Amino acid sequence: MEFSKLFAIIIGSIFINNFVIVRFLGLCPYIGVSKKLDSALGMGMAVIFVMTMASTITWLIYNFLLHPDTSIFGIDLTFLRTITFILSIAVLVQFVEMVIQKTAPALYKALGIYLPLITTNCAVLGVSILNINEQYNFLESIINGISAGIGFTLVLLLMAGIRQRLEFANVPKSLKGMPIAFIIAGCMALAFLGFSGLKI
Amino acid sequence: MILTTIIVLGCLGIIFGIGLAIASKKFHVKVDPKIEQIEKALPGANCGACGFPGCAGYAEAIVKEETEINLCAPGGEEVVHEIAKIMGIKASTKERKIAVIQCQSGGINNTFLKFENKGIETCQAALVLSYGQNLCEYGCLGYNDCVRVCPFDAITVDDNNMRIIDENKCTGCGKCVDACPKDLIQLIPISKKVNVLCKSLDKGKDAKIKCGNKTACIGCGICAKKCPVDAITIENNLAIIDYDKCVVCGICAEVCPTNAIIDKIGIHPQPRIIEEKCIGCTICAKKCPVDAIDGELKKPHKIDEDKCIKCGICVEVCPKDAIVTKKIL
Repeated sequence: MEFSKLFAIIIGSIFINNFVIVRFLGLCPYIGVSKKLDSALGMGMAVIFVMTMASTITWLIYNFLLHPDTSIFGIDLTFLRTITFILSIAVLVQFVEMVIQKTAPALYKALGIYLPLITTNCAVLGVSILNINEQYNFLESIINGISAGIGFTLVLLLMAGIRQRLEFANVPKSLKGMPIAFIIAGCMALAFLGFSGLKI
Repeated sequence: MILTTIIVLGCLGIIFGIGLAIASKKFHVKVDPKIEQIEKALPGANCGACGFPGCAGYAEAIVKEETEINLCAPGGEEVVHEIAKIMGIKASTKERKIAVIQCQSGGINNTFLKFENKGIETCQAALVLSYGQNLCEYGCLGYNDCVRVCPFDAITVDDNNMRIIDENKCTGCGKCVDACPKDLIQLIPISKKVNVLCKSLDKGKDAKIKCGNKTACIGCGICAKKCPVDAITIENNLAIIDYDKCVVCGICAEVCPTNAIIDKIGIHPQPRIIEEKCIGCTICAKKCPVDAIDGELKKPHKIDEDKCIKCGICVEVCPKDAIVTKKIL
């Protein structure tokens, strides 16, 4: 039973409730960083990484500091959820950046500018809050974080691939650049809507 | 309720703050301050002319691998001196190179078309269609890939869709050289102002017929014969100037029957020796590429105007400024 639920979470986050296309979170990098495949890949990797870390830390904070039944204070502080999550995600990313820079310079260079960029991304906060709303346990939260990141990367890469080809396409002048990108984003959202029929 | 909120958030903030402060000390990565200083001195264009990934990469290479410090094309002399100061070594500058497009065709009025190209309007794409629409297969395609790739806006397009390189803006970074699919652009030292502006390897007659500007090099070899310093060779029906030998006298441009060689200086004035100033050091006579200066030691020199090619080298080398050029207007 446990495994089948995890599987459902993975498929659900990647396809059915894809963060960008279905939930409309993290649209800024989706449009902004999807011009080239390699930068899209870098961004995607950084998002997977940060979402996983953020799911872990926010679940711990929520359950041991804020939730009335399980916290060490024993009082209801759930209304502080958003602000503590933002704070802890920002701190976490800063900390991880320092550690990576010291211990793995190669990885630090590969992630580059994208790591600090996504600190305040709404998709990262979104995955943390959804973990709480869906009342996932610790393992499920982490799995949800990873698969949400994979879903984000998938859509970003697809978009980057399409936009690279678009550069050479004969697009009407008034639609060149951003307008056609938005239209394509809409078409992709329609296509992904097809997954919502899946029942797991 | 407000109090608990303040306390909990405050404590959380303090804990996180202290944690980050400790981490930043513990995981501090030492960076050589020289790298930062050099990076500041570099122009920050990240053009890659130095052969390193961006200015930061070049700065690191200078400090760590003792790479030469005169590789930055956009920075020029100033930057070299600044880096020399930071590194504590002597500066040696290179002459600035600029890009030269070696084709005078490619515009609207001066190109013969093989066919009308209605495809994608980039040189790269046009090349795929049987080497492009220009009848001369060595000629410019005219879709301005070089203009788009130039990071310094040094290449502009005129009314005739011809590309013009602004010598003051060009930094010699070489991006256009890589971008041109016909390999028409070459980096040439800025003082070498006489250039062969044709790349056609076709035989004389073919080259002349195909060139829309009628300025193809037909490989006749007159320039090679007339060159006083033997700097020109004819290879595969094309004149090639050896810029190490060239003295920029402009004779080749004068004799070229098709105007494939262009002299950007225009009129070369005749140098003249002011006898009162000349101390007879014979430097000019030694440097003269055609031995046109009659130089006995300690006596005022004379220039043989029949032999003189008006290259102007003597004017530059004279230590007493005794040689001047009278301008013929």
